[in-house]
Amino acid sequence: MTGPIIRLEGVTKVYRRGSVDVPVLQRLDLEVARGEFLALMGPSGSGKSTILNLVSGIDTPTDGRVIVAGIDLGDLDASALAEFRSRHIGFIFQSYNLIPVLTAYQNVELPLLLTDLTRKERREHVLAAMAVVALTDRLDHYPRQLSGGQEQRVAIARAIVTDPTLFVADEPTGDLDAQSATEVLHLLQRLHTEFGKSIVMVTHDPHAAERADRILHLEKGVLVESVERKRP
Amino acid sequence: MAIPLQYNLRNLLVRRTATLMTAGGIALVVAILVLTLALASGFRQALVVTGSPDNVIITRSGSNSEVLSGMNRETARIIESMPEVARLANGQAFAAAEIVVVTNLPRRNDPVGSSNVTVRGADARALLLRPMVRLVAGRLYHLGVPEVIVGRPLSQRFAGCGLGETVRFGSREWKVVGVFEADGSGFESEIWGDGEILGPAFNRVGYSSLTLRLADPSSGLESLVKRVEADPRLHIDARHEDDYYRAQSEMLANVIRALGFFLVAIMAVGAVFGALNTMYAAVGARAKEIGTMLALGFRPQSILLSFLIESVLLCLVGGVLGCLLALPIHGVTTGTTNWSSFSEVAFKFRITPGILLTGLLASIVLGIIGGYFPARNAARRTVAEALRES
Repeated sequence: MTGPIIRLEGVTKVYRRGSVDVPVLQRLDLEVARGEFLALMGPSGSGKSTILNLVSGIDTPTDGRVIVAGIDLGDLDASALAEFRSRHIGFIFQSYNLIPVLTAYQNVELPLLLTDLTRKERREHVLAAMAVVALTDRLDHYPRQLSGGQEQRVAIARAIVTDPTLFVADEPTGDLDAQSATEVLHLLQRLHTEFGKSIVMVTHDPHAAERADRILHLEKGVLVESVERKRP
Repeated sequence: MAIPLQYNLRNLLVRRTATLMTAGGIALVVAILVLTLALASGFRQALVVTGSPDNVIITRSGSNSEVLSGMNRETARIIESMPEVARLANGQAFAAAEIVVVTNLPRRNDPVGSSNVTVRGADARALLLRPMVRLVAGRLYHLGVPEVIVGRPLSQRFAGCGLGETVRFGSREWKVVGVFEADGSGFESEIWGDGEILGPAFNRVGYSSLTLRLADPSSGLESLVKRVEADPRLHIDARHEDDYYRAQSEMLANVIRALGFFLVAIMAVGAVFGALNTMYAAVGARAKEIGTMLALGFRPQSILLSFLIESVLLCLVGGVLGCLLALPIHGVTTGTTNWSSFSEVAFKFRITPGILLTGLLASIVLGIIGGYFPARNAARRTVAEALRES
């Protein structure tokens, strides 16, 4: 399939806080190419995370169209959106969002329970994903038994295990120390360069953003700057 | 596909204090329910096994119990002569005309407490009709002598009813010469003696009832009833002995059950609130997990089912605990006044597999009621909302 992986057309998002309307995005147009690594930067409330929520189908725009992998998300009902997320989106959250009562293996297996794979096939996929993040020796560990960096790597394994079309990462290094952050960013870059995956990453960290092909700066829901980066 | 069961099991284990507190509330409800049903079942069973389907009991028309019934000797003789009545080897009718009266006796170890006790005056044929009645100590009373035999529970619960002791009722004293058992039936709550002496002691000239064995158990009752109805001298009711005792147990068993269910219903309301509270707390504390699972593609129905299952598991733990709590009471003897005969009936708490299953099913129902609203609350959240709450 050709064409952009993400296309936002005149997207407006207004949140309602009591009786007050709070506009977050204003008639935003945006295209992200297949295989592109995009970083979104900007101050709090600028709309970065809202864009992430819209393209991953966990929120809907007040106006405009959101098209991801050729699918107009406005055409999908709640059930179809759930199906879309399970097939196309790999989530990486700032605070990892692992299920604390499940082991690393079970956490990574979780999205595969929504597929038709057999138990054996699921095991193969989980082991492969855990190998990518170099944590095959932590399969039976619970999240509380892992370091922050390891937890985020398990979360990345969970994101990649279904081989999604698009990765959305919300401040993936926000809760990590410098070394763990470097490891996680390295992993994301590998997903991009080795596996050709499309990534949209929200970050406050300029060093993290430097890994991306393009950096978009938002302010008050409007794109104010776009910086193309040259890959060596 | 459903969220793995391990997710719920582990969560219950991790929050073990809340789990045990809630399960404890459910356990009490289930234990009370099981005990109530065991009480009603034990009482009913004691009376049902008292009667034999092979025997027919004859009472005065319209009287619901032997105590309220009366018939003259002529009536008894007419019925005994009917061809539907089986014969013994000596040609006698296989039937026993009995005097059944109620007397008040003091309780053992309780000088101010007393209770009504059934006294049955019968001859040797009464024992042939009820083969489950067997002496476990002493001997049978002699005819024409003020001697009695006493059911084992009575001998323990009433003053003067022990073997070798003397008990006073019906304006004279009676020597207890034997103690009997009757497979836990209602007969064990009776005192038996010679009807020919007991009758005058209570100023009774006739009988209370006649119990007989049918020559043809399959169609004999129908034929007997037809013959009785055709005889203008007879105003009696005839029914199988087991039906008679089942009817005797019905009213009190129903009252026990109704009171029990009322008590259980009140307690269940409290327990459901406990479950609701625990599950709302669980949903609140796990907003991030709910949001994450929704983001991964699990549908709201899966979230609802998962939390509902967790609530049911939680309450099922309570159900199992409640059954275990009640189980030691199985077989414990207690007594109550049978409202049909106005006399005390000793019986054992009887916990059957069916009663345990009812207890477990009740805990499941409590789990569904207590879990549904929190589960629905969890499932109704949007992904963004749930993730933002975390």
